[in-house]
Amino acid sequence: MSKDTKKIEIFIMGKQYLVPGELTILEAMEYAGYQLKRGCGCRAGFCGACATVYRIAGSYQLQVGLACQTKVEPGMYLAQIPFFPGRKAVFDLEKIKPTLAEFAVLYPEIFRCLGCGSCTKVCPQDLDVMQYIAHLQRGEWKEAADLSFDCVMCGLCASRCPVNIVQYNAGLAARRIYGRHVAPPDPLLAERVREIEAGNYDRDMEELMKASPERLAELYNQRDIE
Amino acid sequence: MPYPPELRELMKKVEETRPSRVNVHYPRMTPEERAQVLKEYHPDFMEEAFRPLQVGVDRGVRLPLEMADIFEADSRLLSAELDLEHPEFDVDVLVIGGGGAGAAAALEAFSLGRKVLLATKLRLGDANTMMAQGGIQAADKPQDSPAIHYLDVMGGGRFENRPELVRALVRDAPGVIAWLERMGAMFDKDEEGRMITIHGGGTSRKRMHTARDYTGAEIMRTLRDEILNRGVEYIEFCPALELLLDEKGRAAGAVLFNLETESCHVVRARTVILATGGSGRLHYQGFPTSNHYGATGDGLVIAYRAGARTAFADSIQYHPTGGAYPPQLLGLLVTEKVRSLGATPINVRGEQFVYHLETRDVEASAIIRECRRGLGVPLPTGTAVWLDSPLIELTHGQGTIERQLPAMLRQFARFGIDIRKEPMLIYPTLHYQNGGLAIDENGATTVENLYAAGEVAGGIHGRNRLMGNSLLDILVFGRRAGRHAAEKSAEIRPGRLSLEHVYRYQEELEARGLAGQRVSPVLLPRYTHGAGDK
Ligand SMILES: Cc1cc2nc3c(=O)[nH]c(=O)nc-3n(C[C@H](O)[C@H](O)[C@H](O)COP(=O)(O)OP(=O)(O)OC[C@H]3O[C@@H](n4cnc5c(N)ncnc54)[C@H](O)[C@@H]3O)c2cc1C
Ligand code: FES
Repeated sequence: MSKDTKKIEIFIMGKQYLVPGELTILEAMEYAGYQLKRGCGCRAGFCGACATVYRIAGSYQLQVGLACQTKVEPGMYLAQIPFFPGRKAVFDLEKIKPTLAEFAVLYPEIFRCLGCGSCTKVCPQDLDVMQYIAHLQRGEWKEAADLSFDCVMCGLCASRCPVNIVQYNAGLAARRIYGRHVAPPDPLLAERVREIEAGNYDRDMEELMKASPERLAELYNQRDIE
Repeated sequence: MPYPPELRELMKKVEETRPSRVNVHYPRMTPEERAQVLKEYHPDFMEEAFRPLQVGVDRGVRLPLEMADIFEADSRLLSAELDLEHPEFDVDVLVIGGGGAGAAAALEAFSLGRKVLLATKLRLGDANTMMAQGGIQAADKPQDSPAIHYLDVMGGGRFENRPELVRALVRDAPGVIAWLERMGAMFDKDEEGRMITIHGGGTSRKRMHTARDYTGAEIMRTLRDEILNRGVEYIEFCPALELLLDEKGRAAGAVLFNLETESCHVVRARTVILATGGSGRLHYQGFPTSNHYGATGDGLVIAYRAGARTAFADSIQYHPTGGAYPPQLLGLLVTEKVRSLGATPINVRGEQFVYHLETRDVEASAIIRECRRGLGVPLPTGTAVWLDSPLIELTHGQGTIERQLPAMLRQFARFGIDIRKEPMLIYPTLHYQNGGLAIDENGATTVENLYAAGEVAGGIHGRNRLMGNSLLDILVFGRRAGRHAAEKSAEIRPGRLSLEHVYRYQEELEARGLAGQRVSPVLLPRYTHGAGDK
């Protein structure tokens, strides 16, 4: 079933290696003998540790991908970007107001966006990065939060931005500000926390804690399911 | 790699029977059936994969072979020259491990005004927490209560859980969700701001809170951002190699190892919190794993050398739905939310063979049984069963997968599989360490001034954790440990640092002829993908 177990030639930081064609970039590096320290976290497309830039021999085009989620291709020249020195604005979430003026103090560079679309083109999560920056410029928190939500903060967008916007950090700040100050808090939560603190559930719980394993099993097996 | 013709052919069976399966309720197992399938098929019951430990405070306790191996291994510091008299860092609270539990503990201790240092092996947030997709439980709806939650947790854990830990878990749960909400974490909500909650395996109420299928990522990046905003001190790429004790045998610091420069750093602390997570990368019984790269059980070993007792350390969770195809996704998690939303396991004949929301241990065992019966789908990497994701769209309407499972959709699409239209291929994967270091309600271990929180701890979930209770436990016990360790640190006068316990442990290994075989903690796994065996 695996037809491409045949070896292919790739170049890790310029050095040639023959690796099985069904491996991901990350696995191919390991096959070549690397024990990764940086550039490897979740191995599943969630943490953004493994941003990689590559070019296929014969092409001028630079491409990018998450090393753990991208299969190697013949003639791939690749290098990882295990760290990107992007700026993160520090803020006090309790004090900050969800206004454009305050956000502009945190991330003034968003207003320098040239609209080149490099960030969107480069995003391995296929997010419309430039669009969420546009929403941020207008203080449209919900839209920005929504569009940026699936970001894994790999840093590739910032690495390509000609005006040095750190999109992933701006997006996260916007989501936290939206979540804290714009989206309505769940009214039931506060109520339940109060009830628990008042001890409303203590008796029920103590009874269960005192029950024998047999009695507990009986209650468990008879419990009704929503 | 899109499905090849052979698999497309087999898939037709699933498509044929699909219309007859929409909204049909498959019966749950009886308690007797559950007990039987576990006994016959669950990896925890395969006696040949376990052995009793020969050294330390828990001598005689049964452990998985691979875990016993790292317990019966040499320290990395036997011949290191360290200046323990002049520690490089001197703090109130040292937190080891930068996942959810560690971050929560550090924030809590910091907010109590203590000097905190968080040291972690990879980057802050390179952790299992970042990968959690399914959700987090809390009984915050009118039809639910902490007591009902308690019963679910106990039943899931086969009634062996430590009751006082379960009480702490369910009591603190709504408060934890409120804490996250206040930090701006974006849970899925309705128009009025009420949390949208769903079922998970083994829940009797809909109490699973989600943030799309990036729930853990949303929690982790929120906590990490808060750590950065508050200016909590942290060091990355610096795993702990050993704990340090004082002359009274109390935890008093740790030796960190800079992975890049390979130098050691001595930290003195008044209290220490271990939050090093799980051990999936030890690959028990040869299983692939859903865990992050750094999940090598380091915290278990270094605490054990320091004399900490374990609880349920032989109990491992195999998640029923690990990826089985394409090979690049082998062992990676297919979130339980896929089944919560109605996808069901299907055998090679196109038949459902188990209720889709049994507890994980039971569901996984039933899948293993189906494959052993010859009713699995044959693959080059083993056998698998289908998980009929297109059913989700038939029961909840088109667009549900895109809205609720964007990470899953994206992950498979990268390899040419559209899970809205095609079923997935799955097989159980090594997912979670149910047990670990024994703790009390404050996260205190049996070693004074040493705390443990998160996946490294044991007792909360008994022998089987339910989905959504781990994200909860790391925050409940991370915060409890943080608070307690901070308060305790105020009363402590630091003593003299020593590695005496490590040397004594080594003598015990030598006495039993177990020394010199391997070293631990493992720190990072070494993978070669068959490069050696050409
Ligand atoms: C794919 C996946 C999906 C999951 N989905 C869910 C879900 O939907 N709901 C749920 O409730 N639970 C889920 N879980 C379980 C849950 O995410 C984890 O159990 C939990 O996040 C563990 O948190 P932790 O802080 O204890 O450990 P981790 O988050 O793993 O953090 C441990 C940290 O310690 C570091 N570390 C390790 N060794 C050392 C050392 N020697 N020195 C210093 N640092 C060290 C690690 O690098 C890591 O950063 C899932 C787990 C996985 C893997
Ligand atoms: S290693 Fe985490 S995204 Fe690739």
